[in-house]
Amino acid sequence: MNKPSSPVPAVHAQPVATAADSRPERRRRMSAAGVAGLAIIALWMAAAVFGPWMLAKDSGDMGDAAVFAPMGGAHWLGTDYLGRDMFSRIVEGTRYTVGVALVATLCASFAGITLALLAAVRGGMIDALMSRSLDTLVSIPSKMFALLMVAAFGPSVPMLVLIAAIVYAPGAYRIARALAVNIGAMDYVTVARTRGEGTWYVMRREILPNIAGPMLSDLGLRFVYVVLLLAGMSFLGVGIQPPDADWGSLVRENIGGLSEAAPAIIAPALAIASLTIAVNLAIDALGGSHRRSE
Amino acid sequence: MNLLLARLIAQRVGTALLSLLAVSVIVFAITVLLPGDAAQQQLGQEATPETLAALRLEMGLTQSGPERYGHWLLGMLKGAPGQSLVSGQGVAEMIGERLPNSLLLALITAAISVPLALGLGIASAVWRGSWFDRGVTVGAVAVVSVPEFLVATLAVLIFAVKLKWLPALSYVNDIESVAQLLKAYALPVLCLCCVIVAQMMRMTRAAVIDQLRAPYIEMVLLKGAKRSRMVLAHALPNAVGPIANAVALSLSYLLGGVIIVETIFNYPGVAKLMIEGVTQRDMPLVQACAMLFCAAYLMLVTAADIFGILSNPRLRHP
Repeated sequence: MNKPSSPVPAVHAQPVATAADSRPERRRRMSAAGVAGLAIIALWMAAAVFGPWMLAKDSGDMGDAAVFAPMGGAHWLGTDYLGRDMFSRIVEGTRYTVGVALVATLCASFAGITLALLAAVRGGMIDALMSRSLDTLVSIPSKMFALLMVAAFGPSVPMLVLIAAIVYAPGAYRIARALAVNIGAMDYVTVARTRGEGTWYVMRREILPNIAGPMLSDLGLRFVYVVLLLAGMSFLGVGIQPPDADWGSLVRENIGGLSEAAPAIIAPALAIASLTIAVNLAIDALGGSHRRSE
Repeated sequence: MNLLLARLIAQRVGTALLSLLAVSVIVFAITVLLPGDAAQQQLGQEATPETLAALRLEMGLTQSGPERYGHWLLGMLKGAPGQSLVSGQGVAEMIGERLPNSLLLALITAAISVPLALGLGIASAVWRGSWFDRGVTVGAVAVVSVPEFLVATLAVLIFAVKLKWLPALSYVNDIESVAQLLKAYALPVLCLCCVIVAQMMRMTRAAVIDQLRAPYIEMVLLKGAKRSRMVLAHALPNAVGPIANAVALSLSYLLGGVIIVETIFNYPGVAKLMIEGVTQRDMPLVQACAMLFCAAYLMLVTAADIFGILSNPRLRHP
């Protein structure tokens, strides 16, 4: 871990406005950008949970509408390559994009943090072994690893969750370990150990609460990476498979409408952008001053 | 070049080679974990046990895992990574056919994006906090946090569909004039540049600004030097190492970006070949492409580290 520079490039966004971070009195009132970010996240979450029930029409209904219809009229966002309502397709896709990415992110962070706490508390061989093997995993570019796994095991939803979790767990591990090692050197941890508390207790009760804040904002960033990875995979046709569609597959299946400038191709891509930018804004507003490399 | 420096660099190269070996183990192990085996997959469910056994023998599947890994690695090193399961063609030829196209794309992108990103990064560091700086930074953050295919589809919509300046697909095979060459490469290169420039510009800006925090810069400021002189004459020479580091790291994003760009523009490169391999589950092809990309990635990351080591004056004059 003592390399001159980390082999993982910093992918995440730098805070746009750093001035607001350090002043405690500004914490109370959130910036407009932060509120907008949270609102967009809430909207997409609601769409993921309640969307399918709220839709008036069946999204598979091809109706009598034209293929790649423009925006307006009966179809807010036009129609797709089969004449289906694009708005319904996007709302239906939300649960794949948001849901799958959320589960994968939680798995990655949970695995990363658990291993990191174990490494920090136990130290020695366990620490060295885990750090080395996770470093190796990081030296495969994330898309490459994902493509390999899909080539071998096929693109099922549980497989995609597993792939994203494996790809992004080392990043969470690295950050959590760096934080946990610092906390582990504190006096009260030494006291707990001397008291005869077990590894599990020290991990969960002494260290975890003290790294929870930074790890939460890391969770948000990791979610953005996972969304982008999964959307990219679906766009390449090796992610969510038809008849189901996440936003990446929606862009892929409507790529034929590009020459007609159909909203069907731009709308899902913008939906992804709105989600990832909203998460970035929300992290900035909630005091994401603990940003680090992936 | 002193001994300490040489040792540090040798260490980095050694670590990179070890990582590559470990990566090859992972890449190979994923296929061993495959439910069923390649022979079964190739022949389908109706294969007779005899043909299955014959094919297994021919593909070397009767050997133990480590033995097969040894053969595979040796083949990789000799440049003979086996045959495609789908077309029966040699994987080396398939990649050899496509590799020049990908390298050309990468080369053009690098030639355009490196000067542009360095210029933007240094300029926004010089005028830090200005409207120019804010605009460039927000733009870079926006490009980085949206999917690559959004940038690509928007570029096609604007330049090919609305303005009709450029073709939406690149037809690299029937290029006869310079104008055609420019037209075919313009959009793929533009999209790749967008992503790379955003990354590189942000890292360059951070590297220069990092130098601006040093006490000697405060001294320069107190002497009454102009802001541009402070950055260009004093901070920049010291930031060369971190900037070289940033350039190498950013170029490793080419590897991820190129997959999307080659697919969307139907560009006949190695990344497109790999995607075709993945959809057809042609493992020898996928493995060879993955090793190629991982090797390139490790090379760039190691180069970045070595630049970092070389640029540290404390190591040069111990």
